[in-house]
Amino acid sequence: MAEPFSPIKRFLARSNDDLVKIIGMAVLVALVSSAAVSVTAVMLRPYQEANQAAERQARMDKMLDTLPGMRDLMMETGVDTLETRLVNLDDGSFADSAEAAGFDLEAALQDPEASIALPADEDIAGIKRRANQSPVYLLQKDGDLKLIVLPVYGAGYQSTLRAALAIEADLVTIAALAIVEQGDTPGFGARIEEPEWLALWPGKKIADETGSIRIELVRGGASTPYEVDGISGATRTSTGITNILHFWLGDKGFGPFLARLRQEGL
Amino acid sequence: MSLRQHLTAPLIGNNPITLQILGICSALAVTTTLSTALTMSVALTVVLCLSGGVISLMRHHIPPSIRLIIQITIVASIVIVIDQFMQAFMFEMSKKLSIFVGLIVTNCLVLGRAEAFAMRNPVLPSVLDGLGNGLGYSLVLLIVGALREFLGTGSLMGVPLVTTVAEGGWFQPLGLMQLAPSAFFILGVLVWLVRVMRPEQVERPEFRLQAPEDGRS
Repeated sequence: MAEPFSPIKRFLARSNDDLVKIIGMAVLVALVSSAAVSVTAVMLRPYQEANQAAERQARMDKMLDTLPGMRDLMMETGVDTLETRLVNLDDGSFADSAEAAGFDLEAALQDPEASIALPADEDIAGIKRRANQSPVYLLQKDGDLKLIVLPVYGAGYQSTLRAALAIEADLVTIAALAIVEQGDTPGFGARIEEPEWLALWPGKKIADETGSIRIELVRGGASTPYEVDGISGATRTSTGITNILHFWLGDKGFGPFLARLRQEGL
Repeated sequence: MSLRQHLTAPLIGNNPITLQILGICSALAVTTTLSTALTMSVALTVVLCLSGGVISLMRHHIPPSIRLIIQITIVASIVIVIDQFMQAFMFEMSKKLSIFVGLIVTNCLVLGRAEAFAMRNPVLPSVLDGLGNGLGYSLVLLIVGALREFLGTGSLMGVPLVTTVAEGGWFQPLGLMQLAPSAFFILGVLVWLVRVMRPEQVERPEFRLQAPEDGRS
């Protein structure tokens, strides 16, 4: 019998009980599979990101549509979307408006200069790092602030929840909450996307007179202006939203920014 | 078994859902509307054909001691690739199906056909077997999906067919049909119908009640 000439043929000719063949096949299958998966993921990423960006824009538009009179106001002021500004979270000041267009949250989180690590006791939203800047979206008319939209995010039950919190000009009353992205359990946590539940938010207050953040999700029977009914069967998603709001409205989030707005305006 | 039988046998006679009772979990989860059921059917059929073909192609070189690991790795890779394609080009649909496309990996049907058929048969019959089983699964999914969407919402593929009471018509949608248990009811009725028509599918009881020996119970 002729000796198989190439190493591949020799390898394939080995018995299937042979240890070299077993390990070799395992490695080979793993390599080929991971290559196929990686190549597809990398090649398709631009399409997927475009889809997600379109989705975020659509949700922002949808949220604006749910606010009564907001479209009319925008027509009056002659804008078709909100103004994007970049905020320095530490002191609450606005950054150069030129920077806002090029702001990339993912890149900022990777950069030790542009983000800080959060100690565990302050990281109630479960995000580990926080960028030093964040975009906010404003609607103003004749120099008066009409609406401010804060992007917030953090850990839900099994996915990162991203939401947009729209606050009215008094900086206390919630105008709307929009869920921008979530991947929690369909039928339970994922119900935070339902219009019926989101309709509970307008008119709630984020803080009381003393300025401490009071907004929270409660189990059934919300009775004060600071309470919103949580979702039954989705305790961790509900707690997640409470924590996310407390973090982002607190000192490490937009707290300094909102305090500055209250004192000196835009 | 002729080539054509590989394709047609799993449709009713050897249907993966009604006879083999495989893949029930996804049959419950994605059948609230006809369009999700259709997409899931296509995705699963493609996975079944591809995994059947690939595993059959390398069946002589899969060491028996690690065959399940190799099979599941191949199936998982194919599923991830399909999921990525759906997220890129069918974004709305992939959001509706959420985790269930990824869960095709754990669908007993896929591993079941790989282990029972593709490991022992040439490529062409394996692909046909995958296609046949995929179509059998699809058939049941589409029936359940159509019934649940029509009875639950009064529309099919999102197109309203009858006017519901809420819109001033006569049709009162059956809310239960949109919940998972209704899929069990419909599947149960389907299995029953198939077994009435084909009594040979009825399983022999594993235990029989024994007559009391001395009159006492």
